[in-house]
Amino acid sequence: MTATPTRPADAPPSAGPTPAARLATVLRLRELPVTIALIALVTVTYLANPLFLSSQGVKDLLLNSTIVIILAVGQALVIITRNVDLSVGSILGLVAFSTGTLFATVPGIPIVVVLLAGMALGALLGAINGLLVTVAKVPALVITLGTLYIYRGLNNAWAGGTQYFAGDRPDAFGALSVDTVAGFPLITLIALLVVAVVAIYMVGTRPGRDLYAIGSDPDAAKLFGIPVARRVFLAFLTNGVLAGIAGVLYASRFNSVGATTGTGLELDVVAAAVVGGVAIFGGSGTVVGAALGAILLTTITSALTALRVDKFWQQAIVGVLILAAIIIDRIAAVRTAKKLRLSEARDV
Amino acid sequence: MSNSLSTKTPERPTPALDTSTVLRAEATGRTGAARILLGRDAIMIYALLAFILYACLFIPRFASPVTIGFLGLDVIPVLLIAMPMTLIIITGEIDLSVASIVGLTSATMGVLWDAGMPIETVLVVSLLVGIVAGAFNGFLVAVVGLPSLAVTIGTLALFRGLALVVIGDNAVADFPPALTTFFTSKLGATGIPTIMIGVVIVAVVFGVLLHLTPFGRGLYALGFSKEAATFVGVKVARAKFWLYVGSGTVSALAGIYWTLRYSSARSDNASGLELTVIAAVLLGGVSIFGGKGSIPGVIAGVLLIGTINFALRLGRISDVILIIVTGTLLIISVVAPSIFSAVSRWRHNRRIRRSLPQASASGPPTPPHPA
Repeated sequence: MTATPTRPADAPPSAGPTPAARLATVLRLRELPVTIALIALVTVTYLANPLFLSSQGVKDLLLNSTIVIILAVGQALVIITRNVDLSVGSILGLVAFSTGTLFATVPGIPIVVVLLAGMALGALLGAINGLLVTVAKVPALVITLGTLYIYRGLNNAWAGGTQYFAGDRPDAFGALSVDTVAGFPLITLIALLVVAVVAIYMVGTRPGRDLYAIGSDPDAAKLFGIPVARRVFLAFLTNGVLAGIAGVLYASRFNSVGATTGTGLELDVVAAAVVGGVAIFGGSGTVVGAALGAILLTTITSALTALRVDKFWQQAIVGVLILAAIIIDRIAAVRTAKKLRLSEARDV
Repeated sequence: MSNSLSTKTPERPTPALDTSTVLRAEATGRTGAARILLGRDAIMIYALLAFILYACLFIPRFASPVTIGFLGLDVIPVLLIAMPMTLIIITGEIDLSVASIVGLTSATMGVLWDAGMPIETVLVVSLLVGIVAGAFNGFLVAVVGLPSLAVTIGTLALFRGLALVVIGDNAVADFPPALTTFFTSKLGATGIPTIMIGVVIVAVVFGVLLHLTPFGRGLYALGFSKEAATFVGVKVARAKFWLYVGSGTVSALAGIYWTLRYSSARSDNASGLELTVIAAVLLGGVSIFGGKGSIPGVIAGVLLIGTINFALRLGRISDVILIIVTGTLLIISVVAPSIFSAVSRWRHNRRIRRSLPQASASGPPTPPHPA
């Protein structure tokens, strides 16, 4: 047994990573495939039909993706902890309907109050999910499948045949998804703010990093002293709050809210996160990637229309994209594992 | 203290002997008839019987052959798909694409029949479509080794999308009347749908496969630990692949049934059914972690949801309550076992503490702390 020699020659120069190393880092980014796909899609569509990127076209693209962006960011948080929340579509529906109800029954209620009420309702529903998952220690897939039904049932029971239309809401609320600042609709700006805040939280704070540790290996995270249950609860709570925001914005963006609002949205949202590079088994991926995935999936619909592709192909293409994302992820994982094996073999 | 828990050798003359007897008494589960009569499946079946009894007594018009007929026709798709789904979840995987395969099969049937093909060819080709779809899932999960949750979310979109590509937003309804009436016909005066015979055959095949063959026992091993299953000689990839093929095949059968029962081929047939099936399977006692569950339990679970559904509708209670009931049942069915096991663990610990007061009170002597 020889003492391990220190190897100053191998240490990276203190000036920082070389351009090649920096390039390698960029190439390894999990968001790269979805970014390239998005750029390629937009470029091809624009070349074929320049109207696609007119100011109205861009605005429509942004408006269509806003709701899914917010939901995908929340879902990414949950998936990173190796859980999943299938109840988001139902939470969104309940919050959207309660938004409509608030405007209709309390005339002159400030929009901020409605937004806060929506967030509070979302937080409550998310907290129920989180409590069931962490206290009962039952897989999130099952619990949130159950709450998907329960929340939807509550929404049905509450709404019945009632629907609230845009006319029932104050003009200023509807204007949120019409007025633009520098080309961005206001609700999209809210979504971007959400992405920025959550992204910084995930990168720069201890609880944010903990979520990755929990997703990589829950047992190791526990041994390491991370309060796993509390962090997972926090992820579900945050996801509920974000679904609440999305629900309020949904009421602003779309004409009618009723008993079936948001039905079937959950799988789109999970798909957006997966396409955006969030590994379904937790531990890797970023909320920015999830947001890009949401933009890609919603942009495809508009792009196909602009390209005059048969609209019936759209869902099949979404399916292919999801599968492509998983396969790319798999290839990357295999290559990383190989590289780790090689470098460990060298170090022995 | 900790080593007294792990030791089970009866030769030890120390208080550890005491612990070992307590532990062994605890570890011995129920055997023989008690195991069958008090097991998870049995409880599910009792719940089903109790509910049927209640419904017959207190819900007007429930106890009639008409009930059996409509109830049977309604639960058949879920019952069919739940069979392969049980096996897949027992191995620790999942298949979310089943309802989309139903839709794809239905769309294929519609288009081929519309194009004037003979009905036999239509049925065979539709079944083949389901088999190929299942094999595609199986290839990605078993051979490529991708996570099944993600893969089948992808194929859920893909197969439903292909159904749209095949048939668009058309609907084909003019299937041969002889065939569609056969699919809704009843066995004499019993009210049992004729097609139920086929469903029973599928259930028996999957039940025998799971419970009475080495392949089926291997699936449980696979659900507990993939590595261990590999070491005892279970061909993991091959087992998973054929399970997905089976799931695709049965989903295609359900698609053919759905199309002919409602005599309508549409791309959105059975959309959202995957969650109903999974809810029923989990309610029937299959563990989402894999390694646990049985066909009789699942059949009871499917029938329980179906019966409650039908009874609520007869009682003129809206579907709303049904959705809430389904969700609540699902959550109770998974949370209750964890509560039971927490309670029994607490009682177990308390009993050990009582029988070993000195060990529990003082614990092992603390070594002198080095200053």
